[in-house]
Amino acid sequence: MSPALEILLVAVLTAAACALPGAFLVLRRMSLVSDAISHAVLPGIVIGFLLTENLQHPLLLVLAGASGLLTVYLIELLEKTGRLREDAAIGLVFPALFSVGVLLIAQLADQVHLDTDAVLLGELAFVPFDRLQWQGIDLGPRALWTMAGLLLMNVLLLWLLYKELTLATFDAAAAAVLGFRPILLHYLLMGLVAVTVVAAFHAVGAILVIALMIGPPATALLLARRMPTYLLLSLLIGALSALPGYGMARVLDVSIAGSMATMVGVLFGLVWLLAPETGLLARWRRHRRQQLDFALDLLLLHLLHHEHQPAATVERHQDTLPAHLNWTSERLNIILAEGQRRGWLQRKGPEVHLTPAGRARATQLVETLAPARSP
Amino acid sequence: MDFTLRIVMTGAALLGLISGSLGTLAVLRRQGLIGDTVAHAALPGIVLAFLLSGSKASVVLQLGAAISGTLAMLWVQSVVRTTRIRFDAALGMALAVFFGLGVVLLSAAQHTAGAAQAGLDRFLFGQAATLLREDLLTMAVTGALALGLVLVFWKEVKLVLFDEAYAAALGLPVRWLQTLLIILLVVAIVIGLQTVGVVLMIAVIIAPAAAARQWSSRYGRVLLLAGLFGLLSGALGAWISNLAPRLPTGPIIVLLLTVLVLLSVLVAPARGLLWQRYRRRRARATAQQAVVAVLQELAHHHPEDYPHPTATIQAALGANVPVEAILRDLERRGKVQHKPGQGWHLTNPPHTP
Amino acid sequence: MSWAIEIEDLTVAYQQQPVLWDVDVVIPSGQMTAIVGPNGAGKSTLLKAVLGIVRPAAGRIRVLGRPFRAQERRVAYVPQRADLDWDFPATVFDVALMGTYGRVGWLRRPGPAEHALARTALERVGMTNLADRPIGQLSGGQQQRVLLARALAQEADIYLLDEPFQGVDAPTEATLLEVLRWLKQQGKTIVVVHHDLSTVAEYFDWVVLLNVQCIACGPVGEAFTPDNLRRTYGGRMVTPVLSTTSA
Repeated sequence: MSPALEILLVAVLTAAACALPGAFLVLRRMSLVSDAISHAVLPGIVIGFLLTENLQHPLLLVLAGASGLLTVYLIELLEKTGRLREDAAIGLVFPALFSVGVLLIAQLADQVHLDTDAVLLGELAFVPFDRLQWQGIDLGPRALWTMAGLLLMNVLLLWLLYKELTLATFDAAAAAVLGFRPILLHYLLMGLVAVTVVAAFHAVGAILVIALMIGPPATALLLARRMPTYLLLSLLIGALSALPGYGMARVLDVSIAGSMATMVGVLFGLVWLLAPETGLLARWRRHRRQQLDFALDLLLLHLLHHEHQPAATVERHQDTLPAHLNWTSERLNIILAEGQRRGWLQRKGPEVHLTPAGRARATQLVETLAPARSP
Repeated sequence: MDFTLRIVMTGAALLGLISGSLGTLAVLRRQGLIGDTVAHAALPGIVLAFLLSGSKASVVLQLGAAISGTLAMLWVQSVVRTTRIRFDAALGMALAVFFGLGVVLLSAAQHTAGAAQAGLDRFLFGQAATLLREDLLTMAVTGALALGLVLVFWKEVKLVLFDEAYAAALGLPVRWLQTLLIILLVVAIVIGLQTVGVVLMIAVIIAPAAAARQWSSRYGRVLLLAGLFGLLSGALGAWISNLAPRLPTGPIIVLLLTVLVLLSVLVAPARGLLWQRYRRRRARATAQQAVVAVLQELAHHHPEDYPHPTATIQAALGANVPVEAILRDLERRGKVQHKPGQGWHLTNPPHTP
Repeated sequence: MSWAIEIEDLTVAYQQQPVLWDVDVVIPSGQMTAIVGPNGAGKSTLLKAVLGIVRPAAGRIRVLGRPFRAQERRVAYVPQRADLDWDFPATVFDVALMGTYGRVGWLRRPGPAEHALARTALERVGMTNLADRPIGQLSGGQQQRVLLARALAQEADIYLLDEPFQGVDAPTEATLLEVLRWLKQQGKTIVVVHHDLSTVAEYFDWVVLLNVQCIACGPVGEAFTPDNLRRTYGGRMVTPVLSTTSA
């Protein structure tokens, strides 16, 4: 395998592994917890590195995972005092833990050759140099195995807990009644996020991992209507954003992780603009069409409403209509023309009348108007 | 005190004052984490400003930072308005994507401008030691302008923070005022980036406001206190980091601020948790004394171990005293005895005079 | 009868989803009007449209014979209590004083005259002794009183209240009603979004039955009929109400 292919493969695996727990974070409105955890694992990484002198050591995963869980626990503890809101609690805990990490690195700079930039920004380009050997046989880059393992673990766990997590995400109370222990699930998910962040950090860095966790699920949310589609799309979009990201980094000779994060944003932007139903363009086109439909319905309803009132002749006079509906006469003319084209309106001199078809349409509208019923 | 230290301390104090007081604008609306997005999103602006102008002057870089920070927030707002994506997800995505773009630009700057980009690193974690006298001037002027705007639109700002619908009903241009709030927040963040860095800046926005809120329930005082807390932590942090080698200023300031918040949550009068516990304990003691007093009074007119029904004691003290719970408490402590189905009497009744 | 608020052919839609459809409503000045209807009927939206907070898709609204924007200060608004963040650092007096911000205008600070207005308003709702209390420590009923005090301090001619009686204690309901009746005596117009059908006949002179469309609008004696209620609430009638209305 060529080094370039190895890097690309690691990038794709990392992005896919991050997208899965991220998808649940986005739905649970906890996206910024990934922000908090990704910063707060720093002291865990530093202590682990201090003990093992190896950024790839499994102990780092454990320690960093533990500091991730500690972060979540501390945030909840502060929130529970009722003195701090969620945003303040998050924004207080992770900078404090990150500061501890930075201070540790600075103080131990003689013993520890840990570059804060590397932790923060990651360095995919070094992936091919750290290889796994077994009895003298080269098994490929170590990161490849770590990321594949991580992806496998995330897929497996989320597949096993799919039903429980989905229920706990949409209705925590129902999940509790059914005996699913939402708190346990919550901490399990948080643990998964923490481990994923730590495993991914040396590839993409502690901050860009947020892009891979939030970006692809957010993009998928624009396209998907059902849970399985949403998860699958998150996975695919994550993996997909790695490709142009790596390409851009190669062509321009810039940071791979940064390019991947940028491409996550570009991909989101494209979908946001062009998605078939929810995209800005489609919405704009539909909006234009609906506005006409809506205005026409409004006119039909207005005519029906006043049909049998003494003031009906005034209400349906083409000179009073613009003033009553607060429309310009040009707009009224466009809508009248459309109404006549559809056979719902007819003009009798200066008055506008409903045709039988128009009356039927308006009556049907009134019936469907029934609002959201109160329970 | 040597000259550099004085500059650094003044700079850190100024940043604490400005960012701390303006941070209330976000924290009191429960949107403190906007600060994290704006801070991270400032990076591409800083690098781009450098690449385009070739200048490393703070003013130029801060202008770039302010522009890209504002752009990120505009993106967040329009995503939230036009999609199903929630505010938190939009914030997180904008933060990481903009930061990623910044990293890309930073690595590009390394090639094109060579070693000259070295100065840009200071915006990642902040380097108070790189503060110059001109920087202090910039900070002071921008900060004074921002705080001046808050003062000029004091009523309007307060109203929009507390009750947007009412502000709109009074005919205030709410949209416009909200944009003003975002710009002020961007200023508050950009000012601190050189000293504290994009990663830790959020703490300087949130912590002073969160601490100040515990000490007062008037917006004006909360803003003043937040400024004061920020100022003190900034100056003290810069001084401590000067005491020993390898104590970066940013993390020290952040840890000081964290301690300040924790202390405030615990001991601030009225809202502090310890105060609350003390008050609750005292209220319980007073209530117990009142119940004992009633029983003593009753004991004057009855035999010593005559049981008085709960209702009798309740009637003497009024309906909102939890008499039953207090009696059980007293019973556990051996002060009263309970005769099931009949009532209560004191274990050591007073001697009838 | 002169009209405080005239609404003609008003349609409001959120993302093409109509919330109010071709609504014609008139509200007489100097009277107490209830706006009644099921959840999602557009009651709050109607108030917000009058206040210019939401933009109508069609229709005209006139307040005291002119467009609202020309006389925003003559209309006081009491939003739903639950819409506000009561942890905001402000005292009871601060909130009451906000009512005077409209007359103070840009760049100026409330002076002694405004302070007096706020104090009088708090006295009117029985909150004088709590003036310095942080709003975070108020009960639901006290919160509602403060919001009413803020509206009173505005010295408006029209008062629009969104569910003021929702979840308040009995003494507060009595105080609120007393203040509203006092306002009516002063010739002010009061419009209340109301959910308790059993008190409509007792509290109000005029009623608007709303369910996306305007079902009925008129004096309580004429418009608040079992038939209209059935049409408003979609067939599920609240039987106890019938006896009170016919009384």
